[in-house]
Amino acid sequence: MEEVDVEPTTTPIPGFDSNQKHLGFVWGPGDILVYETIYKASGGSAGGCPFVHEVRKDEDIYSPILRKLFNESHHIFVGLQRIREDLPSKNKKPQFVSISKNYRSVIRACMEELQQVLTTLKWWKPSLSTLKGVISMMSHLSLWCEQNFNIFCTLFFVCDPLAGSLVLHLLDWVRLHKADVDEKAREVLASESPAEHQAYWDVVISYVLQGRMDEARQVLVKQAALQPAARVMFKLLDNLLMKMPIFNPGETQTLTEFDVKWRHWREEVDHCLQDQSFASNRHLEDICKILVGDEDVLLEYKELLSTWYHFLVTRLLFSHPTVKPTELHYYAQVLTTTLYMIQKPLDSILLAAFEFDIHQVIKDCSIALNNWWFVGHLTDLLDHCKLLQSHNLHFGSNLREFLLLEYASGLFTHHSLWQLAVDYFDHCPEFGRVYLELQIERVPLDTERKALKVIRICEQRQMTEQVRSICKIMAKKALRNNRLGSALSWSIRAKDAAFATLISERFLQDYCAKGTFSDLDLIDNLGPAMLLSDRLTFLGKYREFHRLYGEKRFSDAAKLLLSLMTAKIAPHSFWMTLLTDALPLLEQKEVIFSADQTHELMFCLEELTSGKSVPTPDKPMQVLGTHPLTLYLMAVSLSIS
Amino acid sequence: MFVARSIAADHKDLIHDVSYDFHGRRMATCSSDQSVKVWDKSESGEWHCTASWKTHSGSVWRVTWAHPEFGQVLASCSFDRTAAVWEEIVGESNDKQRGQSHWIKRTTLVDSRTSVTDVKFAPKHMGLMLTTCSADGVVRVYEAPDVMNLSQWSLQHEISCKLSCSCISWNPSSSRAHPPMIAVGSDDSNVMYGGKVQIYEYNDNTRKYAKAETLMTVTDAVHDIAFSPNLGRSFHVLAIATKDVRIFKLVPLRKESSSTGPTKFEVQIVAQFDNHNSQVWRVSWNITSTLLASSGDDGCVRLWKANYMDNWKCTGILKGDGSPVNGSSGQPGAMNTMVGSAVQTSQNALNGSAAGRYFFPPLDAPRAGSRYGHLLPPPSLIEHSDAQFSPHSQPLNTLPEHD
Repeated sequence: MEEVDVEPTTTPIPGFDSNQKHLGFVWGPGDILVYETIYKASGGSAGGCPFVHEVRKDEDIYSPILRKLFNESHHIFVGLQRIREDLPSKNKKPQFVSISKNYRSVIRACMEELQQVLTTLKWWKPSLSTLKGVISMMSHLSLWCEQNFNIFCTLFFVCDPLAGSLVLHLLDWVRLHKADVDEKAREVLASESPAEHQAYWDVVISYVLQGRMDEARQVLVKQAALQPAARVMFKLLDNLLMKMPIFNPGETQTLTEFDVKWRHWREEVDHCLQDQSFASNRHLEDICKILVGDEDVLLEYKELLSTWYHFLVTRLLFSHPTVKPTELHYYAQVLTTTLYMIQKPLDSILLAAFEFDIHQVIKDCSIALNNWWFVGHLTDLLDHCKLLQSHNLHFGSNLREFLLLEYASGLFTHHSLWQLAVDYFDHCPEFGRVYLELQIERVPLDTERKALKVIRICEQRQMTEQVRSICKIMAKKALRNNRLGSALSWSIRAKDAAFATLISERFLQDYCAKGTFSDLDLIDNLGPAMLLSDRLTFLGKYREFHRLYGEKRFSDAAKLLLSLMTAKIAPHSFWMTLLTDALPLLEQKEVIFSADQTHELMFCLEELTSGKSVPTPDKPMQVLGTHPLTLYLMAVSLSIS
Repeated sequence: MFVARSIAADHKDLIHDVSYDFHGRRMATCSSDQSVKVWDKSESGEWHCTASWKTHSGSVWRVTWAHPEFGQVLASCSFDRTAAVWEEIVGESNDKQRGQSHWIKRTTLVDSRTSVTDVKFAPKHMGLMLTTCSADGVVRVYEAPDVMNLSQWSLQHEISCKLSCSCISWNPSSSRAHPPMIAVGSDDSNVMYGGKVQIYEYNDNTRKYAKAETLMTVTDAVHDIAFSPNLGRSFHVLAIATKDVRIFKLVPLRKESSSTGPTKFEVQIVAQFDNHNSQVWRVSWNITSTLLASSGDDGCVRLWKANYMDNWKCTGILKGDGSPVNGSSGQPGAMNTMVGSAVQTSQNALNGSAAGRYFFPPLDAPRAGSRYGHLLPPPSLIEHSDAQFSPHSQPLNTLPEHD
């Protein structure tokens, strides 16, 4: 398919002259930093660099009003993904329709809120004009989205089998675009004498143009009451309006029956025109001419029709009420090549939609709208309806995934909306997981709570490497801030043996310096995690010794202490401390260390001192037998043997 | 896109590099003023300078962050022929109160005999490894065997590239199917010397890096190079900044199981853009490689994006608004002439080759405010560069020592 060339957008960087210097840059998570520099080694002026500028991509993401839109559409999106593949398509269709309606109502809520903000802003200082401009633009766009989300869905998947009902859908859609008629009608009817109100006829004709005959008749009654002389004439028109057949696919009537009925009614209207039944009242005559689809009269009311597509729908209503979707683009083209010039990109999107060119609609939307919300969700919905394939686009699921990945990546740059993005990535089978992996490990881990949240998301998706990495980062951070307990528990979670060893060392050092342990809760409840590293095992066991000792379970404590040395769990550097710990047990009145155990203690001491057989200048070898501890142990062992 | 805020950087000379940390909450800047500054982002999004210190005795070309698994660690490289590793330590309490942090030098890597032009940490799955490349054509791979002790670094590999190196990029893929791979670019502008991008791959058997590929079609000076995130694909994507922006696809060819040689690649060009009009100086991918940014002689940053059909297009331009530069340089007019004359002088001297990073720094401290004044080569060299020389007859490391 041919690609349209779109000019790239240019963002001005203040206080910088591109003709004189280079613009350096670096990518950030949701922005780009730029700075002036000179890369050429050969050219260069001295001088400081005044500024680093932070350039952001998506301004929409930062609007609190759109936040609601993102949140709620996320729910709808997830719901749509849950619709089971294997359901027969006739059961799925109503679900798709209701999803399309749900999307529309969240856009509508968002739009209403935007308009409210706009009204309050009216009273603010003029300096806010840019903000106002932005909001009014957003409001305009979301209005457009709201109005068109459904018509696209209708055109693409709702109306096709029920030929003939298209005009009804189009009328509904047009009413959304020209909702101001109702407001005007209320104003007219509320005035003292409605029939003399200057907007009276505008209201009546607007209603007729939108095919709202009952409403038009109700307003017409006011005039009829004022002109008793013309009563017959009013009665006649009222009758014509009332009798206008509207095809209702819900009824048993066939299309042919309707066609006959409609032709009959039209003849009747024609007849009235030829009779000059309304010649005495210009307005009534115009209405009658509208009913037969008189183009000249329609053009006279171009103001009330406001847009080319309203004009189109009105003309179809009165000239081709049973128009088929496939014929739509023919009428649209005739109109846009003769009467209206298509200028706005949004108009050409509509035209593409009338041509059933889904691909063009999606592409133009991606270009014209400033975020991926609309196209992403629309494409996803169309893809679920299996419409992308049926239109012979072989890249069907890729297009959907491409757009969803773009949308989700945008969400990910926001400090709290990123969590919504996770579900979108989950539903992108090809690259969703890799994108999530790349993005989620860069979520700033400001607090432990946030880290746990990120880890939970990773764990649910078996992203073990990301979990490990996050735990490792947290362990490192905790250690830097001297929070040993936290560092230890994070490194246990990361299953990082080397780091656990290092932290255990720190605990033991702290103990040697202060004589007490910190973070008892953690160390006492290590459980099997203790086995992660030898040093950690020792830390846990050594602390267990302290606990047994504290609980006065001396013989258990003694056994454990001894086993720490004989089973080589304790590092040699710590043996002296352990032996010293044995002393108070030896001093107890009752015998705690058996003779054998005391001998083992002796051996440990021997091993320790003989291990230091290489004397160093600052640590002269201690002669076995003169060490006070040895003497003591010998004495004790003698006394009990 | 829009400029959300501007940060007064307060460097006394040109900034050469700005680097974001892994989470995007900190950044580091480096400059010809020989210093590095670290900036922290507050809750409200404001940037505050929390450290600024002199790092080198010459212009600092690049600064880069290690993965946070290794702590708060920076590496810098400089014209002073060294690279250095810095670690933040939790400072005194009054430092914290002043919002300042303290960085200490863990090591200085002094193996290069010329300006160190790029410094990059290897992907974290390889451990804590640092790579440098230098104007004398050598890529060096260092490793910190004990990640808890950053003052010990051992030089693991020296790869001789034969051409003055300007930039390196690691292939970020952690797939077992992909051995560690590094791309090196050369800014030697002599097209006679052949391809300016070389790909080296680690061989498990020889435990050495061996050349896997030279991109023969890239014959002009290369200023920057960047592998894109791999996204689980079998092939690799490489962006190159040369006289234009180029994107290459490297598709590994199926290997004979008995073969122990390096992987061979099918090299495909995916895109090529000359919108910067002349030289392109930097290329870089965003996190998910959906966007490539490049900076060039037109003074703009351009953003490139592929659509779902893999067609690449320029989607955005960042461009100066043309208002006079209010830097310390004073009148823009005066600066203009200065730039002009400097270009002319050195072009005469060096035949237009971008050789500024190539010569040894003088031993006396560079004069503040004249970054390139001292870079002009000694007179004897001018004759050399006018003469015909090939990389073999004129080895890069025989340039006259300047003392």
